[in-house]
Amino acid sequence: MSEPVRRKKELKPVRLISNTEIKSGVFVIELEKIHDFIPGQIVAVAMHPDDDLRLYSIASGVDYPYLRILFDRVPDGQLTPPMSELRAGDTLYVTAPFGRFTKTPENSWWIATGTGIAPFISMAESGEARGRTLLHGARYSERFYYQELFKEKMGDRYLRFCTMEEGPGLISGRITTFIKESDEIKPENKYYLCGNADMVVEVRQLLLTRGVPFDNIIAEIYF
Amino acid sequence: MQNKEALLGKTLDELREVVKGLGLPAFTASQIANWLYVKKVSSIEEMTNLSKKAREGLAENFEIGRTLPSKVQTSVDGTKKYLFAAHKGLFIEAAYIPEDDRKTLCVSSQVGCKMGCLFCMTGKQGFQGQLKAGEIINQLLSIEESDILTNVVYMGMGEPMDNIEEVLKSLQILTSDWGFGWSPRRINVSTIGVIPAMRRFIEESEAHLAISMHSPFDQERKKLMPIQQVYTIEKVVEALREYDFGRQRRISFEYIMFEGINDTVEHVKGITKLLNGMRCRINLIKFHPIPDSPLRGSSNDKMEWFSNQLSKKGLISTIRRSRGEDIYAACGLLSTKELVKKDEDSDF
Ligand SMILES: Cc1cc2nc3c(=O)[nH]c(=O)nc-3n(C[C@H](O)[C@H](O)[C@H](O)COP(=O)(O)OP(=O)(O)OC[C@H]3O[C@@H](n4cnc5c(N)ncnc54)[C@H](O)[C@@H]3O)c2cc1C
Ligand code: SF4
Repeated sequence: MSEPVRRKKELKPVRLISNTEIKSGVFVIELEKIHDFIPGQIVAVAMHPDDDLRLYSIASGVDYPYLRILFDRVPDGQLTPPMSELRAGDTLYVTAPFGRFTKTPENSWWIATGTGIAPFISMAESGEARGRTLLHGARYSERFYYQELFKEKMGDRYLRFCTMEEGPGLISGRITTFIKESDEIKPENKYYLCGNADMVVEVRQLLLTRGVPFDNIIAEIYF
Repeated sequence: MQNKEALLGKTLDELREVVKGLGLPAFTASQIANWLYVKKVSSIEEMTNLSKKAREGLAENFEIGRTLPSKVQTSVDGTKKYLFAAHKGLFIEAAYIPEDDRKTLCVSSQVGCKMGCLFCMTGKQGFQGQLKAGEIINQLLSIEESDILTNVVYMGMGEPMDNIEEVLKSLQILTSDWGFGWSPRRINVSTIGVIPAMRRFIEESEAHLAISMHSPFDQERKKLMPIQQVYTIEKVVEALREYDFGRQRRISFEYIMFEGINDTVEHVKGITKLLNGMRCRINLIKFHPIPDSPLRGSSNDKMEWFSNQLSKKGLISTIRRSRGEDIYAACGLLSTKELVKKDEDSDF
């Protein structure tokens, strides 16, 4: 498996199976699956072979028949507005899966915001949730994408931090407050962070402050 | 009067569009480019070989787009750190580094950075926005030393390859005859190795390239630099090997030395294996801990030793002394964090 190098031959046309707007501005597309992958890997995607590539975490389990992507529509984005308009049967160009945000050991902690939950969906659906703890942050309760999956696979090790709303099963407040205060943050655990740079940088700093060595913090940034 | 479009940062082709839109003769575009980038005027009024009508037409819709620095700090060693207001109330920094016969400006390409490298002040600030080519060029034009600059390095705030369109545009302005007319050999652009954009840079410009390596080992680099999850240093080097850079164009690798982390004999071997047979040089950089960092810099002795070990393996390395430490102007140390207001409506 290789990193894409903006060569036409690396992009393969694949058929879109479905496109669903699961919440306003947030979409799940399912694509024909033409490669195996390791949960946590990404693909590079383009509408046309000559376009600049954009990267997406694969958000489906290894045994799922299709390749799923969870994405936000960025209003003036190059790819996501047209990608959100695609219909079943349309074509999208995709590379082989690559990336190394994979193989999180048991007892590791997963920390995500927004669509940064995507690699953990793949891991959970592939039977890799056991023994892990997931901290997921969102502003509103409806923004905990795939919460049913995580409830089922992780039970009370799935913690939803909601910053703007209260609701059953939700912890109102910030992930950062939890990390600052919880006795459960142990230096020997591994912490896997996924999301935008601001979250990753702030959470990483708090973990370091809590005595977690930087060796135990692995981050995937949606740059 | 508000929100006029900036002329600074426009390429000759874009200026041709501007004059066409205003119904002016096509040659006016070259004249404007000359005023902007050669004569370096700061008002449209000064473009005296344009007709009064042309100047009025331009001024109605456009402005030059020059911004003076809002703050300057001078280090004991002569290094200066300039603070500029960018768009939307954001700030960026540029560092002026005088050495004997070289006067270098280290420019920013983004406001903050998305890449989150563990050792970097800018990374700690997060990402606030992209700079336009004009905002990059403005850093060169609006400092006191503008006319004596000999070199420019894109090593300030941001990852240049994450703003590749505007960076390429700024390079075109710096190196074209109608622009600054600089040799691309006076320009060095750094990257942590965003492969697709790095390829565009290699193919569409002739400036030197500096790759931030910091570790030859996957597991270790991953923890220092999240980019390694996506584009590994092995793949970056593999991509570089596909190009012929000729004799004039320089490829270098930046290597910040962290005590007990990446300064061992194993690292010497790892670097040697990775760069086997490649014509390049390695810049060993002293690390000065940023606040709350878990990393410490290697000692000067260790750096000397490391450099000697590399040369025994046939690799050329230089030890870069850090300049402007007292004002936080060394590369990777530029940050306007204190000027960034935290978003209260956050999801974490
Ligand atoms: C490893 C990796 C995995 C990713 N996985 C996913 C995923 O699973 N789901 C997903 O939705 N996205 C993911 N992304 C982000 C994705 O690659 C695109 O950047 C994003 O979808 C926007 O693409 P676009 O072409 O629509 O917007 P662009 O044309 O790239 O951007 C449009 C505008 O929005 C701004 N912008 C874009 N991204 C940001 C940002 N992060 N912060 C601030 N401003 C920004 C740009 O500066 C620009 O002005 C991932 C990124 C990486 C690096
Ligand atoms: S070292 Fe460069 S790429 Fe990394 S966070 Fe700092 S500015 Fe960004």
